[in-house]
Amino acid sequence: MSNTAPVLYEEPGPRGRAVSRTVSVVTGLVIAGTLAWLVYRLGQPRTTVNGAVLPGLWAPERWDIFAEGTEVWQALLWRGLVQGTLSAAGLAAVLAIGFGIFLCFARTAPQKWIRVPAAILLEFFRGMPVLLMMLFILLALATTGYWAVVGALAVYNGAIIGEALRAGLQALPRGQREAGLSVGLTPFSSRILIEFPQAFRQMLPIIVAQLVVLLKDTSLAYVVAYPEILRISQQLKDYYGSTTYSFSIFLVSLAIYLVVNLALSALARWISRRSGPKAGVATDEGGMSLAAIGVSAKPQ
Amino acid sequence: MDAVLSNLDSYWLGLRMTLQLLLVGALGASVIGVVIAFLRISPIPSLRWIATAYTELVRNTPLTLVFFFIIVVLPSLDMGVHSVLGAYIALSLYHSAFVAEALRSGINGVPLGQAEAARSVGLNFMQTVTLVVFPQAMRMVVPPLINVFIALTKNTSVAGGFLVVDLFAISKTLTNAHGNAVIAILLGVAFCYLIITIPLGQVAGRIEKKVAVLR
Repeated sequence: MSNTAPVLYEEPGPRGRAVSRTVSVVTGLVIAGTLAWLVYRLGQPRTTVNGAVLPGLWAPERWDIFAEGTEVWQALLWRGLVQGTLSAAGLAAVLAIGFGIFLCFARTAPQKWIRVPAAILLEFFRGMPVLLMMLFILLALATTGYWAVVGALAVYNGAIIGEALRAGLQALPRGQREAGLSVGLTPFSSRILIEFPQAFRQMLPIIVAQLVVLLKDTSLAYVVAYPEILRISQQLKDYYGSTTYSFSIFLVSLAIYLVVNLALSALARWISRRSGPKAGVATDEGGMSLAAIGVSAKPQ
Repeated sequence: MDAVLSNLDSYWLGLRMTLQLLLVGALGASVIGVVIAFLRISPIPSLRWIATAYTELVRNTPLTLVFFFIIVVLPSLDMGVHSVLGAYIALSLYHSAFVAEALRSGINGVPLGQAEAARSVGLNFMQTVTLVVFPQAMRMVVPPLINVFIALTKNTSVAGGFLVVDLFAISKTLTNAHGNAVIAILLGVAFCYLIITIPLGQVAGRIEKKVAVLR
C-alpha cells in the first residue's frame, strides 16, 4: 500500500494535515469510546427475562478457574493445543506437502493417462468442503477422528499446494527446461533437478500461507468431535457445569488461536520477504505478483 | 444409489439453504469488504489502522470460532439470535476481510501511472479512486473475488455443524439414516457442492485470461 498511497492524494499541506489529524483523533476517540462502553456494558450484571441476575462478564466468579490452578490451562494448552490441534496440523502439513508434490508431478506428466485423472482428482478435491471430506473419511473409511482430520486436511491442502506448484512450474522461463535438455538430461530429471526446485522456491510463500490456513482449519475438527482446542473448551464448560464460564473460556481459546495464527502469519510474511517471487515472474515494485496475492487471499 | 434417489427432496432442501447462505453471505461480505477496502486506502491514518487491524484480526480467527461464538456462547449469555441469521452474520463478517484483501490487491495491481495521470489532470482523491483506479481494479479483482466466493461456498458447510440445516447437515442426517449407503450419499452431497464451485472456478479462469489479454 505504501507505494500507491501518496499517489492517490497530494502530500497534505498544513491545513490538510490539521484536518487529517483532527479526523484521526476523533475517529480514534469514537472507536475507543465504543469499545470502552462495550467493555463496561458487558461488565454490568444483567437481569434476564425470568428474573435471574447474571453477573457481569468480567466478574471474578467468571474467571476464578484460570487463577485457581493449572488444570484449565493444562487442558487448553496441552490437551487442546499441543495434543489436539498442533499434532493434527503438523502431520497434515507434512502429508499435504508430499501429496501436493505428487499431484503436481502427476498433473504435468507427459502421459495423458496420468495427467487427465490427476486433473479430475484435483478439481474434485479442491471443490469440496473440508468438512465434508472429514465426514467422508470418518464414516466411509471408519477411522478415528484424528485420522479423519489429518486425512481431510492433507488431501484438501495437498490439492491446493499441488495446483500452486504447477502454476510455479508453468511460470518458469522456457529456457530452464531447454537448457536442461540440451546438456543431456532426460525430461524427467530436468524437471526434478532444474525446474521443480525453482518452482518450489517461487511458491514457498504461498505454500506457507496455505499451511496457516491448514492450522486454522483444524478448528473444523470441532464439528466431527475431535478434541482440539474448541472441543476441549466446550468439554471444560460442561465439566464446570454451568454457563458462567462459557464466555471466559471462549475468550481464552480465541486468544490462544490468535497468538498461534499471528505468529505463523508473521513467519509466512518473513519467508515471503526473504524468498519471494524473483526474476522470471511478473512482479510489481511491492515484490508481490497478483497471482500470489490472489491465492493467499483465499479464505478457508 | 436408491438412498440418494429416494431422498432427493432433502438434498434439494439442503442445496437451497446452502445457496441462500452463499447469496446472503456474499452480499454481506461484499458490502462490508468494500467499506474496509476504502478505509484501507484512505488518506486518514487512523482509518487505515482500524481497517488493517480488522482484517488481521478476522483473517487469523478460524471461522469455526466465529460460529461457535454466535451460536453457542451468545445464547448462554442470553443474547442469542436465530441460527440462520447467526450464520449469515458469521459468514459475512468472516469473508468481508478476504473481500477487502482481494479489492486491495486489485487496487495495488493498477499501474501507478494511471493514478499519477489522474492526479496530474487535477482529479482529487475521491475522483481518482472512483473514476480511474476502481473501474480498472474491479476488472483485475474479479478472479480473486470469485475465489473468495468459491471458498465461501465451501465454508457454508460450517454452518451445517451449528444447527443450520444445509447440505452438510443433510448429509449427516442421511448417513445416520442409511448406514449402508454412506459413500453414495456423501458423493451425492459432494456433487451438489461441485456444481456450484467448478463453474465458478471456470468463470474465474476465463475472466483471468480475458483480462490478461487486455493488459
